Amino acid sequence: MSDRLRAALLIAPALAVFGAFFLIPLGQLAVAGGAGGYTTILTEPRYLRSLGVTLLVAALTTAITLGIATAVGLFLARNRFPGRGTLLALLTLPLAFPGVVVGYLVIMLAGRQGLVSEISMALGGERIVFAYSLAGLLLGYVYFSIPRTLLTVIAAAEKLDPRLEEAARSLGASPLGVLRDVLLPGLSPALTAAGAICFATATGAFGTAFALASRIDVLPMVIYTEFTLQANLAVAAALSFLLGLATWAVLALARGASGGAAG
Amino acid sequence: MSVAIKLRGCGKTWPGGTVALHPLDLDIAAGETLVLLGPSGCGKTTLLRLIAGLELPDAGGQVLFDGEDVTRLPIERRNVGMVFQSYALFPNMDVAGNIGYGLRVRGIPRAEVARRVDEMLEMTRLTEFARRRVDALSGGQRQRVALARAIAPRPRVLLLDEPLSALDARLREELRQEIDALLRSLGITAIYVTHDQAEAMALSDRICAMERGRIAQIGTGRDLYHRPANDFVAGFVGDTNRLGEELVRPEQLALHPSAEGEWTVQRATFLGPFVRVKLRDAAGRELMVDMPDLATPAPGARVEVRRRGPA
Amino acid sequence: MGFWTGLGFTLLISAFLILPVLVSVLPGITANQFEGLSSGLTTRWLREVWANYGGTVLLSLQIALSTLVITLLVGVPAAYVLARHAGVTARLVEEALVMPVAVPGIATALGLILAYGAVGDLRASWLFILVGHVVFCLPFMVRAVLAVLLSMDLKGLEEAARACGASWPQRFLGVILPNIAGGMLAGSLMVVTLSLGEFNMTLLLHTPFTRTLPVGLADAYTALRTEMASAYTLIFFVLIVPLLSAMQWAAGRADRVGAVR
Ligand SMILES: Nc1ncnc2c1ncn2[C@@H]1O[C@H](COP(=O)(O)OP(=O)(O)O)[C@@H](O)[C@H]1O
Ligand SMILES: [Mg+2]
Repeated sequence: MSDRLRAALLIAPALAVFGAFFLIPLGQLAVAGGAGGYTTILTEPRYLRSLGVTLLVAALTTAITLGIATAVGLFLARNRFPGRGTLLALLTLPLAFPGVVVGYLVIMLAGRQGLVSEISMALGGERIVFAYSLAGLLLGYVYFSIPRTLLTVIAAAEKLDPRLEEAARSLGASPLGVLRDVLLPGLSPALTAAGAICFATATGAFGTAFALASRIDVLPMVIYTEFTLQANLAVAAALSFLLGLATWAVLALARGASGGAAG
Repeated sequence: MSVAIKLRGCGKTWPGGTVALHPLDLDIAAGETLVLLGPSGCGKTTLLRLIAGLELPDAGGQVLFDGEDVTRLPIERRNVGMVFQSYALFPNMDVAGNIGYGLRVRGIPRAEVARRVDEMLEMTRLTEFARRRVDALSGGQRQRVALARAIAPRPRVLLLDEPLSALDARLREELRQEIDALLRSLGITAIYVTHDQAEAMALSDRICAMERGRIAQIGTGRDLYHRPANDFVAGFVGDTNRLGEELVRPEQLALHPSAEGEWTVQRATFLGPFVRVKLRDAAGRELMVDMPDLATPAPGARVEVRRRGPA
Repeated sequence: MGFWTGLGFTLLISAFLILPVLVSVLPGITANQFEGLSSGLTTRWLREVWANYGGTVLLSLQIALSTLVITLLVGVPAAYVLARHAGVTARLVEEALVMPVAVPGIATALGLILAYGAVGDLRASWLFILVGHVVFCLPFMVRAVLAVLLSMDLKGLEEAARACGASWPQRFLGVILPNIAGGMLAGSLMVVTLSLGEFNMTLLLHTPFTRTLPVGLADAYTALRTEMASAYTLIFFVLIVPLLSAMQWAAGRADRVGAVR
């Protein structure tokens, strides 16, 4: 058998799965919106507002997660101490927790009978409840974004040449200067890549909002409502297709910017 | 068991347009050790891979094993043994597993495989490492595993691509002698690629000197050294002096101190086995002479140069 | 940033990630959640959840294992081809194959319903969910295996095996597969974990007769008492946490092996 024929046969099942169960469905999705669907979502402010909120939540999530992951990642990459392994294991444990479970965790943390609420009461203060607000949603999104982002940052930080930092120090750079001039530029491809994935995941995330029954209408929730409750297939399809396209475009752009490290 | 190999009109052009080999003919006798010698990038590996069956020659090229056209026969059906520059040992198998692989894929019974592997382990002095993981071996040991793996299935021809280039100088010398002894005792047709002329001289029955995708000269080491076909070959197999139209090796000349000598000593460099003396004459011509470290002339001394008689 | 500040911050974040897990499962094993642990431990809630929702656990396991088998059979050969071929076509195919990760699950799920929702009884079958999980998980398997294939001297090893006389099946089974076992293990753990937790697609793809564990959980969160929801969550963690730990272990091992080579 020729090499080419064998290669074609070996990759054919993967391409078949991709074509039949991804390309064709996405094609149908694009068409199902119809002119009506696309017109509706572009003219009704509700949908555009939802898109705006979704992008805002995703952007905030990305910014907060990157901040936390960079601080923790740099610390873990550059220090060796007893218990470090355990700490790393704990920090990456929620790597594949589904959003819906994370939503429940947020309720148990910041809901009506949550930990924060109980503690604030016990301390004699007001009952603090923020699970169902933007803060709660962000908390959940940041929660499931930290582990993956952290892993990327640590991997990149361990590859940074420590001599660069030593050189900067020897030239009299302050710790902040080292961070700004050496560490962050060195990490930036990894941060771009991790940030893009974080952003894409956050725009498509659904389980957390669903479990929280949040007052924030993120786009996946709107799609779900349109489809199941309103049976408004055209709008649901149009919104899904646009959401898919936007997410994929963000990833592709970031991949270009980070020189292929993303995705 | 060993075969005679003929190449007819074998060229190789890579998809990008690089011509790695211009169409060439080559005849290798059964049982002969032929060394492909040349600088990096001259097409040695490409030629070896054509013979191995890892590459197809450009249209019109033919590879014949004992007269049989094997051009389109892939390597796994050519019954050749090959030692790769990087060794390419299988990390998932131990030493014995690597050596026995070629026998196992041929469906040879286990007892027979075990016997042959033991034989190979002994021949390559690896018996005590039989169960060692290959990534826990030294460079020299890896090299010997690669060699044992290649010859265990008794191939018709053994192909070696710079098998010693990853080793340090001492080990290289030691293994070169081992390989030489092995090739002689097996009597197998062998094609050995190297860019090291000393290795080529020591191992070869004949050397095929290559230059930019072409064969520059084929002959014994002596032929190439004493009767090089061109300046490229002459320069590649050793240092030369040009005397008029003639090429003369530095050790073929002798110095005689003489106040009327036409040459002046510029510099004498001690190199261990001999001293290399650089000379210059009034016209500015330069000459290198190698001589024993006896009565070495001082810089500035005047000397006469004569050709040595046959030793 | 000093060591102690860094450690303090890192501990804080760890607490943020771990505390909610503990707080969430506690009511599930506490006799009376308002009295707290002093009321004693109980398996009552766990048993009740299992009686009502045991089926979702079994269905999720069934789907996860089926997804694993399919992604192994389809993804490993695909990764091999992508590793062996350097051309533009191969890179485009690679790009295409990982696309489903970048598109929100709800969009893919809606597309699947539009395209195949009316085909026979597929919509009512667990196979419909399986299709979605395969599409979503396949890229992870391909990537995990591809990463290992690219880190080794694949071409050299294969040529060496050919020189020893090995046919393609012989060298694929005898040389390539054993050397990518680590990548297959990492990919498998990832796929099983993702499939067990998949919600974004499954919520649209499921029917009342094909409820998976995360769908059941979502239902429990909105409809059930805290004790039951917590007990259910605990069951989920018992399934998923060992997988995640194994994943960390496999990744660590792959790093060490990579460092040796
Ligand atoms: N797979 C390949 N594709 C394109 N060009 C190649 C390939 N392999 C070798 N070459 C080119 O062919 C020429 C000969 O290479 P090679 O036979 O490896 O030389 P040598 O072994 O003598 O160093 C070089 O210019 C090299 O860059
Ligand atoms: Mg070469």
